[in-house]
Amino acid sequence: MEFLNDLKDQVSTAYELLAAGWGVQLLWGIAWTLAVTMVSMLIGAVLGSLVAAAKLSRRGGLRFIGESYTTVFRGEPELLIIYLFYYGGTQILTGVARSTGSIGSTDILNMPSFLGGVLAVGIISGAYQAEVFRGSFLAIHRGELEAARAYGMSAWLRFRLVIVPQVLRLAVPGLGNVWQLTIKDSALISVTGVAELMLTANKAARSTHHSLLFYTLAGILYLVMTSISTPIFDKAERYTSRSFTRPK
Amino acid sequence: MDFDFYLSTMWSVLKALPLTLEIWFSGVAIGLVIATGLTWLRASGYKLGEYFTRGYVFVFRGSPLLVQLYLIYFGLSQFDFVRHSPILWPILRDPMYCTIVAMALNTAAYSSEIFRGSLRAVPVGQIEAAKAFGMSAFTRFRLVTLPIALRLALPAYSTEIILMTKATALASVVTIMEMMGTAQKIQHDTFRPIEVLTCAGVIYLLLNLSIARLFAWVEYLLSPHLRPAPEQSQQVKPVPEVL
Repeated sequence: MEFLNDLKDQVSTAYELLAAGWGVQLLWGIAWTLAVTMVSMLIGAVLGSLVAAAKLSRRGGLRFIGESYTTVFRGEPELLIIYLFYYGGTQILTGVARSTGSIGSTDILNMPSFLGGVLAVGIISGAYQAEVFRGSFLAIHRGELEAARAYGMSAWLRFRLVIVPQVLRLAVPGLGNVWQLTIKDSALISVTGVAELMLTANKAARSTHHSLLFYTLAGILYLVMTSISTPIFDKAERYTSRSFTRPK
Repeated sequence: MDFDFYLSTMWSVLKALPLTLEIWFSGVAIGLVIATGLTWLRASGYKLGEYFTRGYVFVFRGSPLLVQLYLIYFGLSQFDFVRHSPILWPILRDPMYCTIVAMALNTAAYSSEIFRGSLRAVPVGQIEAAKAFGMSAFTRFRLVTLPIALRLALPAYSTEIILMTKATALASVVTIMEMMGTAQKIQHDTFRPIEVLTCAGVIYLLLNLSIARLFAWVEYLLSPHLRPAPEQSQQVKPVPEVL
């Protein structure tokens, strides 16, 4: 009975704290997390396809660049890359601004934390996406590319009509994995001060001394985000492979 | 190029390598034990065990490691019974042990899925053959299932281990001065983040590359049957004409 009363107290404190404004803050946190993840995925998609093309290239130099990119950005701790972009960006910006005289010689020009975080997470995501794209390109039947060439299709037409639709179809499951990874990586950019879910939970926990409550809530919200994305990617997979399944 | 600065930074970060390795090894080793338990629970066929492992894997794979770390380090100490427990409190008040616990619980979820997959990938024919030979369940597991499954699990498990090396960097956010924490401190002291983080990055990369090599070597040792046959001598010796 005492346990039940205790639980009731816990729930009512939680409700009060959330209603006092932390609930709205957490919702904003989710919005920022999703924004960071989406922008990073887009940056990663651009970089990833370029790097995948480089890794598949006939030129040794390009292949080397692609290999180094994926090795380095998959082999380094995410935290290090994020610090590198945030503090390194600050270092470069400050250096440039000081030398042009737009700020005083003791002032510091900070890297915008959203930009730094998104670039870092996007570049990491790009390394994983490059592997996904490379794998799906290799899974396209050689015969189809040869047939397209035999029809006299130009390189661009081949890319647009044969390669892209198939790579997309084959890449969807892999991209789903990278998406989950990127959501989780986005929690790390709280260290640079982007007010996403993790930082909001952190602030709430520190200022209300209810760390258990807020970290548990953050964990649950992350679980909700990652589990909601599974059916969405399933749907995307069905959509992109609609010409390969038998109509019912 | 300030060569001395690079050298001294490298050296200071390298001095923190043992601590990083300690966190890494303890996390991976404890995680392996938990993962084995989880895999066994999942494979045992009890419905309850299956639900438990499914839930465990869902929770630990679906949320960021940072949340798990904060929850363990800051969150659990709110319980009175944790603070008054003679066993739990010495573990959970120490940021180092908390990191190890978080890493172990996290990697156990991923590893148990890898092990489950590799157990299922053991060809049925091999197991049937072992049964036909009259092997007992334990002998079958020891001599047939386990060696094959281990070999199948190795590539994915090595990836997981490398993810864990990267995860040790998170210890720096709970004040542990491992490689990342040391690099952070030098960076704040000197305000030269690019140089300092590059030095730390080189060490992390070398560490990960050597771990990958090590696993590739173990995999090579464990799969002699998949290697190409050794060069046959060029000429087949003519059969001596005895008769």
